[in-house]
Amino acid sequence: MKFLTTNFIQCAVKGCQSSDSSFPLKYEECELVAETQEFKPEFLVHMLEKINWSALVQVARDLGNDNLPTEKPELDPIMEDDVLILKDLHNLLVETNILNGKMICNNCGHIYFIKNSIPNFLLPPHLCN
Amino acid sequence: MSRPEELAPPEIFYGDTESFKYTSSTRVQHIQAKMTLRALDLLNLSPDEPHFLLDLGCGSGLSGEILTEEGYNWVGMDISPSMLATALDRDADGDLILSDLGNGVPFRAGTFDAAISISAIQWLCNVDAVGNDPKKRLLRFFNTLYASLARGGKFVAQFYPKDQGQIDDILSAAKVSGFGGGLIIDEPDSKRNKKHYLVLSAGISDRSVNLEGAEMEVSAKKDKRKLKKLESRKSFINRKKETMRKRGRVVANDSKFTARKRRPRF
Repeated sequence: MKFLTTNFIQCAVKGCQSSDSSFPLKYEECELVAETQEFKPEFLVHMLEKINWSALVQVARDLGNDNLPTEKPELDPIMEDDVLILKDLHNLLVETNILNGKMICNNCGHIYFIKNSIPNFLLPPHLCN
Repeated sequence: MSRPEELAPPEIFYGDTESFKYTSSTRVQHIQAKMTLRALDLLNLSPDEPHFLLDLGCGSGLSGEILTEEGYNWVGMDISPSMLATALDRDADGDLILSDLGNGVPFRAGTFDAAISISAIQWLCNVDAVGNDPKKRLLRFFNTLYASLARGGKFVAQFYPKDQGQIDDILSAAKVSGFGGGLIIDEPDSKRNKKHYLVLSAGISDRSVNLEGAEMEVSAKKDKRKLKKLESRKSFINRKKETMRKRGRVVANDSKFTARKRRPRF
């Protein structure tokens, strides 16, 4: 699972949907791997509008990266300096994959496992509906 | 041909052998690619902007491959682990998530610009486990999907309904969740190649869906009395003859003289 996806995924349990603490999930014991992907600056800028930056910083800290700025950067793909930052972001958001690990909902405490980079969001029967 | 939906739940039906068979069949690949392109055509996304798409029931990533080719970034969801494993083997570019659509789409509000689904949502009409209520699952699915789409986000789903009842269930669940839109049927007269596309939008978008070539279906239900008045003498006689034939009566053969008026003899 790409690091970018962690900024959008939330607990699948119905009761947690309305709760603020179900996003972001807490990441534990994660094994990361880098994969080269095509660099698309326009896509990154587009996603940057959607990204919840504080959640991004929090998840990065869970995964052992404390170097993110606390404020969301405003970037333009035409500026040369910004392209460098975008490349860093690309490296972090798109090329970093979580291979194995655990995601824990802060609200209900359900643990979702990531295996072979696929998170398992199947719910046990008692948590359905 | 029997429907796979009637054989087993999706995660069991698409086991290792079936996933392999499905993915390696060039016929399936061809049909899936065609339907994905048609769905994208209906979505009518602006080609200049980047888009973040959700592929519901992505399976082994046959549709995702097309999305990647067209330059979209996507996330796929499916319930069958074997299918997802096949997708991993095929190096699908999007993120894959193992999840049951009937339990909702686990993404926060406004995540996706659009969503597609190829041959998947008819599975939601099945009861595979004790306590599963298809209507509830459909509603939960559409509700969470509506939330996870950005305002004006569009959703196109190709599906294989078993009967009119399933179409009605799906359409009404979508409507209750707040979606606007309807059903497009490609090649409606062909039993084999008929394809149903559910075309929905969450709120009003600047670019509406591409409905080129679509025709509105005129409702067939008309007043019976009016219909009878409109019917010509000849078609009336032919209709009556047909019913009699069906009942096994002996009926005069049809000819060019059928229903002609007798001229008075001079």
